[in-house]
Amino acid sequence: MDWMFILISLAKILGVIFGIILPLVSYTVYAERRVSALMQDRIGPNRTGIPLSLIPGLGLKDRQMPLLGGMGQPIADAVKFLLKEDFTPAHVNKFYYWLAPCLAMVPAILTIAVVPFGSSLWGVPMVIANVNIGVLFVFAVASLGVYGIVLAGWSSNSKYPFLGGVRATSQMISYELSMGLSIIPLFLIMGELNLPKIVEYQIQHGWTIIPFTNLHSFAPGLYKHHTWRGWLNWKEIVMWVPMMISFFIFTVAIFAETNRLPFDLPEAETELVAGYHTEYSSMKFALFFLGEYAAMITGCSLIVTLFLGGWHIPGIPDGSHGWIWGLVNIGCFFAKVVALLLFFIAIRWTLPRFRYDQLMRLGWIFFFELALVNILITAGIMAIFPN
Amino acid sequence: MSNPSTTTAPPPVQLLNVQVDGVWHQFPKGTRVIEACTQAGKYVPRYCYHPKLSSPGNCRMCLIEMGMPKMGADRKPETGADGKPVINWIPRPQISCAQDVAEGMGIRTDSPMAQECRKGVMEFLLINHPLDCPVCDQAGECRLQEFSVEYGNDSSRFLEEKVHKPKHVDLGPRIVLDDERCILCSRCVRFTKEIAKDDALGFVDRGSYSTLTAHPGRRFDNNYTLNTVDICPVGALTSKDFRFKMRVWFLKETRSICTSCGTGCNTVIGSREETMYRQTPRENNDVNSAWMCDYGRLNFHYLHDERRLTAPLLRQADHTLQPVEWRKAFATAAQQLREFKGEEIAVVASARMTNEELYMTRRLADALKCSLVDVVPRTGEADDILLSADRNPNTSGAQLLGIGGDKLGSRLAEIVEGVRTGKIHAVVCLGEDLSEQGLDAKVLEELPCLVAMSILPNATTRAATVVLPGSGFAEKRGSMINVKGRLQRLNHAIPSPGDARDDWEILRDLIQALTGSNGLYMIEDVFKAMSNDVSALQGLSLSKIGDLGVQVVTEAESREVPKTPLETATAAQPT
Amino acid sequence: MAITIQRPPLTLKEKLYVPAIFSGLATTLKHLVNMLLGKTHVAMQYPEEKWDSHLPSYYRGAPALVKDEHGRERCVACQLCEFICPPRAITIKPGEIAEGDKFRKVEKFPQAFDIDMIRCIYCGLCEEVCPEQAIFLQKQYAITGLSRAEMVHDKEKLYEIGGLKTGLVHKWNDKK
Repeated sequence: MDWMFILISLAKILGVIFGIILPLVSYTVYAERRVSALMQDRIGPNRTGIPLSLIPGLGLKDRQMPLLGGMGQPIADAVKFLLKEDFTPAHVNKFYYWLAPCLAMVPAILTIAVVPFGSSLWGVPMVIANVNIGVLFVFAVASLGVYGIVLAGWSSNSKYPFLGGVRATSQMISYELSMGLSIIPLFLIMGELNLPKIVEYQIQHGWTIIPFTNLHSFAPGLYKHHTWRGWLNWKEIVMWVPMMISFFIFTVAIFAETNRLPFDLPEAETELVAGYHTEYSSMKFALFFLGEYAAMITGCSLIVTLFLGGWHIPGIPDGSHGWIWGLVNIGCFFAKVVALLLFFIAIRWTLPRFRYDQLMRLGWIFFFELALVNILITAGIMAIFPN
Repeated sequence: MSNPSTTTAPPPVQLLNVQVDGVWHQFPKGTRVIEACTQAGKYVPRYCYHPKLSSPGNCRMCLIEMGMPKMGADRKPETGADGKPVINWIPRPQISCAQDVAEGMGIRTDSPMAQECRKGVMEFLLINHPLDCPVCDQAGECRLQEFSVEYGNDSSRFLEEKVHKPKHVDLGPRIVLDDERCILCSRCVRFTKEIAKDDALGFVDRGSYSTLTAHPGRRFDNNYTLNTVDICPVGALTSKDFRFKMRVWFLKETRSICTSCGTGCNTVIGSREETMYRQTPRENNDVNSAWMCDYGRLNFHYLHDERRLTAPLLRQADHTLQPVEWRKAFATAAQQLREFKGEEIAVVASARMTNEELYMTRRLADALKCSLVDVVPRTGEADDILLSADRNPNTSGAQLLGIGGDKLGSRLAEIVEGVRTGKIHAVVCLGEDLSEQGLDAKVLEELPCLVAMSILPNATTRAATVVLPGSGFAEKRGSMINVKGRLQRLNHAIPSPGDARDDWEILRDLIQALTGSNGLYMIEDVFKAMSNDVSALQGLSLSKIGDLGVQVVTEAESREVPKTPLETATAAQPT
Repeated sequence: MAITIQRPPLTLKEKLYVPAIFSGLATTLKHLVNMLLGKTHVAMQYPEEKWDSHLPSYYRGAPALVKDEHGRERCVACQLCEFICPPRAITIKPGEIAEGDKFRKVEKFPQAFDIDMIRCIYCGLCEEVCPEQAIFLQKQYAITGLSRAEMVHDKEKLYEIGGLKTGLVHKWNDKK
């Protein structure tokens, strides 16, 4: 492990977290507000621009600032969170109360380490840690996220956070099961846990849920590494069904894991005020808020990597053809993520919340069984159609 | 040691059968009809009737329908199908406040006739009553308001001009009279004549022009005038002290006792948030009947004095007193006291302290190995109603706890002399001012250690090396024993100002600073420890004392509870 | 007795739930597209566009004290509004009108009358409970300030907002 590797890794970490994830988080919040407003026939935050009038030399009046359609809102929000009174109630368990927001934020960002967000740039693979147990790492770290919420609920020493924390725990543990089981069929087929290799597999054999992306008609012949085929074989056509089921279960489980509507019972406003973060304010609340959206981005990245071909789009060559293509690949990956985020937002503002018993029944009686059966189906198909 | 009145067997009482609203009840002979109705759960509205005063029967509000058993030809009551007497109803309404129950009597408190009578009486009373409830201090505890809602009309049919009478009449130093509001119930007239024994009030003129006034050339200025404000059913008599200060519906009521003399009248403290606004007497037939004196009632304004000590003070090197943290104050006091031997230390306590505080004082003296402990006696002029000559509220408690020996104040001279001659180097002064004992500021200032606990600054606190701000009587819990040997409770009504703390806590922490932890966390713990040490308090706790207190020692001073002529007469009468 | 309501049986399509999700998405997306195309126009751009001319007569804005045409402050400090106020925004310090004052017969007036506009919820109970027709909710709704102290309306400020109100009952003139 030489210093060059450490430097490049550091550059990737800082670049991804501060250059991509955090801005993406804050602008997801902004998108959430604007999109929800438009869906409800409102306008949403469209005012906050850059306060040039605060710079004395320019001689600008208050109204003469570029509004940018409210794109300055996330910056203003961040400043507000930083400057607000950081209040710690007297009745809380101080140590865990302070620890909880960190535990909510860190796992969400940590997961992104093993996700390949691009092909390569100047020969450097665009994944922070290329580990061969990638998916296991994701599950291991993502399930730590529940500790942040549980500790927040418990240490707040107040009834609504407590109820929110209890709900979050049982919900996240329940859906982690079906989430884990739902992608076992993928590993049966691919024989891989390493996420970059999973993407590689999808480039060769077609995206998991859109298997015809490796057909001739999509490929103008820009690739030199891959063989391109004429049409899907029977196995691929039959296998499409369990793959779609996997995708469906995994996506729903990600909704539940990130506490998004229709599964936002841990913070159901009508019942629990603000759920587990009721007693939090200022930057500590912001960490929960960021953690939730970061978890959403991580979840979407995983869906993209596992099911939607990662950074790959048919017809666009990978980074070995030049750094410009490497950047385009990164762009493709995040374009897919953003599209999924918008889907998450649209779902949130469309569906009502589940009742808690319905949520539990859906998780344990429907998705859990479905995921199990799905593994059998996949195994069966693999047995019937040997290579 | 128990109350002598409970040891004598009660005389047998004859019970009479009375029908109230169709239900037969039994009441002892001599019960007023209005009281019988109340005991049967049927409240009869009344203005002039007061259980502690005579009954003139002049307001007519308590009109009811009454009947006596129908007599047969054999002069025996006829019995109906249910075996009970048949009642012959009197065709006209009767007042229920001036008549005692009789065998076989029938009462209807809510018949159409009684209802109509009340409605009529209410209408008459309201003819000349001004509609100034928004500015009237009685609003919220006004019988006229309450009964008007319950029994009156919804609007007035009276079109003529109301009779105008004197307003803002300066009746006495503590009372303002608004004659327009007066409904001529005469409660105040009877009170001042029968209880205060000062026949100062009366009615002049006739009919609609009847007016309450003080006798010509007289001021209504005896020591019991404010009781008339309490018993006035309307807002005619108002207290100058409480007038326009706070509406009564904001007042939180805390049951406590008056600490201005040895009688210990039971009171209700009216407070809102951090301010005490008034105290009113609470009925306790073993102590104060339903009254208290004006002196005691108004003796609470010092609690809100702006000079109140709100932080512990420490004498600095430049001889100024500077506020410090409690922890520092205790540590310094303990350090200063430890420098002297037990015989060089004196403790001067106060009989205005509660039993718990005096007990802690005893433990403090033990911790200091100091035997020179005394309390300051305080006397004044007594009257033959409620005010006691002993102006300390807890003399009996101090005696019971053995502070200051058999006679209070007998060792004070020794202490004063010791301080003067320099034999005593350290004094702990609790709630008293040593300058009143003849020690001038100069002598006090030369003491190397003077720990003073007080709520207001005085010559002693100004000369002290450590000042510990304590709590006033409405700011703390605790118990006191009155001159008649009755153990009664104080209750917490308002918070102490600033950093001032409960006196017992201050003493506890001071002892802790001297000797380490003592396991006393709540005032209940102190009482428990005290009841283990003092045989008269054995088996008692603060909650067992109850609102009316318990007799724990024999009477130090024999004193009659004020009684009406009627009560005196019935008590003397053999039944 | 418990009543069990028979729920309507669901068709297979309804049981699947997924079609309903997509029809829901279609509805919300329709609104989104209409907003983007400028077909819906509901929101008002507040500081530039105001609704003031449309405020109904019963609009509940900032509560304020009023004087009558004789210049008398109508409040007599009965403290009923202080009592009824759900968020305890009102604080009154009552006082006695001095001997010789023109309105001495009213006896009582508020020495201090503070409404904490951070607490006020504009419910209008103070106006409803007032026996003297002294407090009215005005149409001011933009109550702002840069400090907590600034947001407490004292008596002077309340009379400034409330001003003079005519056509009220003059019970102190007529009845006494």
